[in-house]
Amino acid sequence: MTASLTRLFGVQNFALVEDVVQDAFCRALEIWKLRGVPPNPSAWLMTTARNRALDVIRRERTARTFAPELTRLLETEWTAAAVVAEAFSGDVVLAEQLRMMFSCCHPDLAEPAQIALILNILCGFGAPEIAAAFLTSRAAIEKRIARGKRALAGASTLFDLSDADFTARLSAVHRALYLLFNEGYHSASTQAAVRAELCEEAMRLTALLREHPVTRTPATFALSALMALHAARLPARVDATGELQSLWEQDRSAWNLELIAQGRELLDRSAAGDELTAYHVEAAIAAVHAAAPTVAATDWNAIVTLYDRLMEIAPSAVVALNRAIAIAQRDGPDQGIEAIERIADRDRLDAYPFFPAALGELERRRGNVGEARHYFEQALGLARSDAERRYIERRIQTALR
Amino acid sequence: MSEFLFLYRNSPAAREAAMGTPEQRQKSMQRWMAWMRDLEGKGHLKNAGQPLDRSGKLVRGGSKAITDGPFVEAKDVIGGYSVIEARDLAHAAELAKGCPALEGAEGSVEVRPVMKLEM
Repeated sequence: MTASLTRLFGVQNFALVEDVVQDAFCRALEIWKLRGVPPNPSAWLMTTARNRALDVIRRERTARTFAPELTRLLETEWTAAAVVAEAFSGDVVLAEQLRMMFSCCHPDLAEPAQIALILNILCGFGAPEIAAAFLTSRAAIEKRIARGKRALAGASTLFDLSDADFTARLSAVHRALYLLFNEGYHSASTQAAVRAELCEEAMRLTALLREHPVTRTPATFALSALMALHAARLPARVDATGELQSLWEQDRSAWNLELIAQGRELLDRSAAGDELTAYHVEAAIAAVHAAAPTVAATDWNAIVTLYDRLMEIAPSAVVALNRAIAIAQRDGPDQGIEAIERIADRDRLDAYPFFPAALGELERRRGNVGEARHYFEQALGLARSDAERRYIERRIQTALR
Repeated sequence: MSEFLFLYRNSPAAREAAMGTPEQRQKSMQRWMAWMRDLEGKGHLKNAGQPLDRSGKLVRGGSKAITDGPFVEAKDVIGGYSVIEARDLAHAAELAKGCPALEGAEGSVEVRPVMKLEM
């Protein structure tokens, strides 16, 4: 709705767009209170917004300029209603949502600002909800969104998908959606519902990218596959008592088989080009895990090989740590610890609780209980949320009994 | 480039046929939009003008008597206007040929050069 209205009014009238959206929702609530919710609420909302848009255009067309390419056609009754209807038609709505998504990933904006903007404009999240998801203050999020909207209004039109910078912008969009998904998947927020919603939105927006010929790239399929394969494990990530469960302890029967199948199919389709992105490799790793009935039956050799590839494409200390854990799984704790000691930029992991936790686990397997305890306590001190803290405490209790 | 007024005319029956049902209405609007977009794209649309409702009053000279316009009996009614830019009258008339008002035999577009009055 916001994207369609922005197409008509132009980005410079973003405040007006938000007023019309708000107004449509208020009217809907008033009428639904009296007459009950209609069978197709979203169509009803769209019609209300469309009619409001036409009212606003008639009232303001001498005082304001709208979207540059449509202004002339909105000025006249010959075409105004048809142009408004067109902006709300299926294909155009998709294209406009994509243009809005690309516009939100403006290079002048930091990634957290891009994500906040996407959540606000394309997912309809309010500042309090976004603040809850990111464990940030509402004021900070409001500032982030306001800055983002200024950047949007600064561009005279929405980002054009035929723009020369398209490829660079597409990878920024992928990155923002990836981070949005991760935020949901790993978020420090303890509310499972909030986290699931972030993952769902990231998946929905990535699916939009798959629907448009220009954005339907192998990397888009890979990112989609990655999300589906990870989301499949979401139900098992938290147990009945709300405790975080690692991949090792998860009840694999709770994994969503439908999402796993979908993820595999998407991964197959991502192999179309000769481009190999980090999303491809990460999705492939998730697919290997998804195929294994137990931890022991996992093809650790394949996982180590994939982490080797990932280190070539997108090296990072966290990737190196995960590779070391896979090596320990394949060859034993000694080789794992050796791999950890070889991580080039280990100091980047200083604040990462799962770094000492991994070392503690490997020392325990080697039988060095004292060393293990030392590392686990270090991990406990670094825990970023209650869920992480309880998880590490549980590890200490079971591991060092 | 000179300016020309396009006066779109149609019979009440043809107008009813074009706008009677929501489907016809939508089709007609889409045809008008396609035409206007084309003119706009080629830089001919000076002012799209407006469509006109079929109701109206007629104020006559002399007595200044007001009557409900001769619209009911009229064979054709002005359905709207636009201002177009074209090289000359022949060019403007050529442009008018694409107008959706001409789809029925009873429709017509009156093409009139805007007169420049010298002081």
